[in-house]
Amino acid sequence: MNAGPSPATGAAAVPERRPALSPSRTLATTARVLRQLRHDPRSIALMLLVPCLMLLLLRYVFDGSPQTFDAIGASLLGIFPLITMFLITSIATLRERTSGTLERLLSMPLGKADLIAGYALAFGLLAIVQSVLATGLSVWFLGLDVAGSAWLLLVVALLDALLGTALGLFVSAFAASEFQAVQFMPAVIFPQLLLCGLFAPRDTMQPVLEGLSNVLPMSYAVDGMNEVLRHAEVTADFARDVFVVSVCALLVLSLGAATLRRRTA
Amino acid sequence: MNNPSGGTPAPAVHARALTVVRGPRPVLRNLDFDVPPGRITGLLGPSGCGKSTLMRAVVGTQARVTGTLDVLGRPAGHAALRSRIGYVTQAPSVYEDLTVRQNLTYFAAILDPGRPAAERRRHQVSQALADVDLTAHAGALAGRLSGGQRSRVSLAVALLGTPELLVLDEPTVGLDPVLRRDLWDLFHRIAAERGTTILVSSHVMDEAERCHGLLLLRDGGLLADGAPETLRRRHGTATVEEAFLHLVDTADALRKEAR
Repeated sequence: MNAGPSPATGAAAVPERRPALSPSRTLATTARVLRQLRHDPRSIALMLLVPCLMLLLLRYVFDGSPQTFDAIGASLLGIFPLITMFLITSIATLRERTSGTLERLLSMPLGKADLIAGYALAFGLLAIVQSVLATGLSVWFLGLDVAGSAWLLLVVALLDALLGTALGLFVSAFAASEFQAVQFMPAVIFPQLLLCGLFAPRDTMQPVLEGLSNVLPMSYAVDGMNEVLRHAEVTADFARDVFVVSVCALLVLSLGAATLRRRTA
Repeated sequence: MNNPSGGTPAPAVHARALTVVRGPRPVLRNLDFDVPPGRITGLLGPSGCGKSTLMRAVVGTQARVTGTLDVLGRPAGHAALRSRIGYVTQAPSVYEDLTVRQNLTYFAAILDPGRPAAERRRHQVSQALADVDLTAHAGALAGRLSGGQRSRVSLAVALLGTPELLVLDEPTVGLDPVLRRDLWDLFHRIAAERGTTILVSSHVMDEAERCHGLLLLRDGGLLADGAPETLRRRHGTATVEEAFLHLVDTADALRKEAR
């Protein structure tokens, strides 16, 4: 015990022990998040059905040009999970911060990695269901013409969902209310949406914008989907896209972890 | 820490020159105090005097703490303390979209994880529910409960795993007199039967009389500490409230003289 006015004997000087990921705490967190969702069936229905409805709508909007539906539909299969997971993660984490449950959890023996992995797992499961529904509907019922395997579409969709979760977690640290959190969607998602190649091929953009689109992760999410759309086999470009999206997701996820602080002012 | 020279056991909380800065100004200034183990220590003072900040410092969630602050023999905020302290914030911190039992089950799984501990956890959850008298509401969504019931859910979470130190930030605020009495009976039972140290804050002075020891706080400084009867006797007053007002008046007079 340190008595006397020694400098920085304060508790703030205690080194944080870095706990390894605890599988049982992670799974407990996943189960808790899913239980919370189960009490809100309307949100689940919206999350799962809205992407399907949009694709259905799109199919008949482009009734006259099936090629356009193929291109946009495949891109959207990558974009929907990203946007949905971004929204639900940013709001769920924000709620956790404002309700005091985050402070309580961090005063307990819960590692930050446990919390983040728990959330990512729960929302990842949801993303799987959402992607299976949207991909299945597009490929089997709406006649989306994919050269590659539908499984690859699913893999990219899942990585996009993880990226959305990571971005949502990170952004929630900068939102003081749910109102602000929702406003982050146009700020973070819309520019990527415009620059990802959905509206115009990326190499036809003004060079500055093209450069910008080259560093935004959603561009690679959409490129990955288009690779599967056009090529029957796994291409080098596809591998690069998957790699970039995964690395971005992990990077943003660790940035998000840094915003979870045990000690706050 | 053992104390070989005297019979008094090591304090549960030991603070020397404890200072906390929030923003540009210090919220707690140079506090020296000890909280004896197994007793109920009341932290009293007007709203905004630094009670919550002091509790957050003890729990280890407050940033910019300087000086010495040892809790259960370790520096406050030490990772090993996280399962030994139960903490109840002023606003109930539970998941409103989970039932009472689901809330407790989740937090119990964080404190005592793993499948082998499942039976023990079930027992702890039932015990905590019974402690706060919410067994009948176990299946209700926390968000549907009244404010008083929700704060008892929050208290039940803190009771999980029989912590050695309970830090309760205004647990009785806004409760009706019957509930308040029941909760204080519960605190006394927990301290007596389980040997738990309780640090409880309040801005209601009549609750002071129910504590074993008191820390009177004002403007981030420690005005006085001691047992309620000691404070009453020292200042020749009938209640702790009068003793507190007497102390405030004396301190103000001194400050005016010094100016």
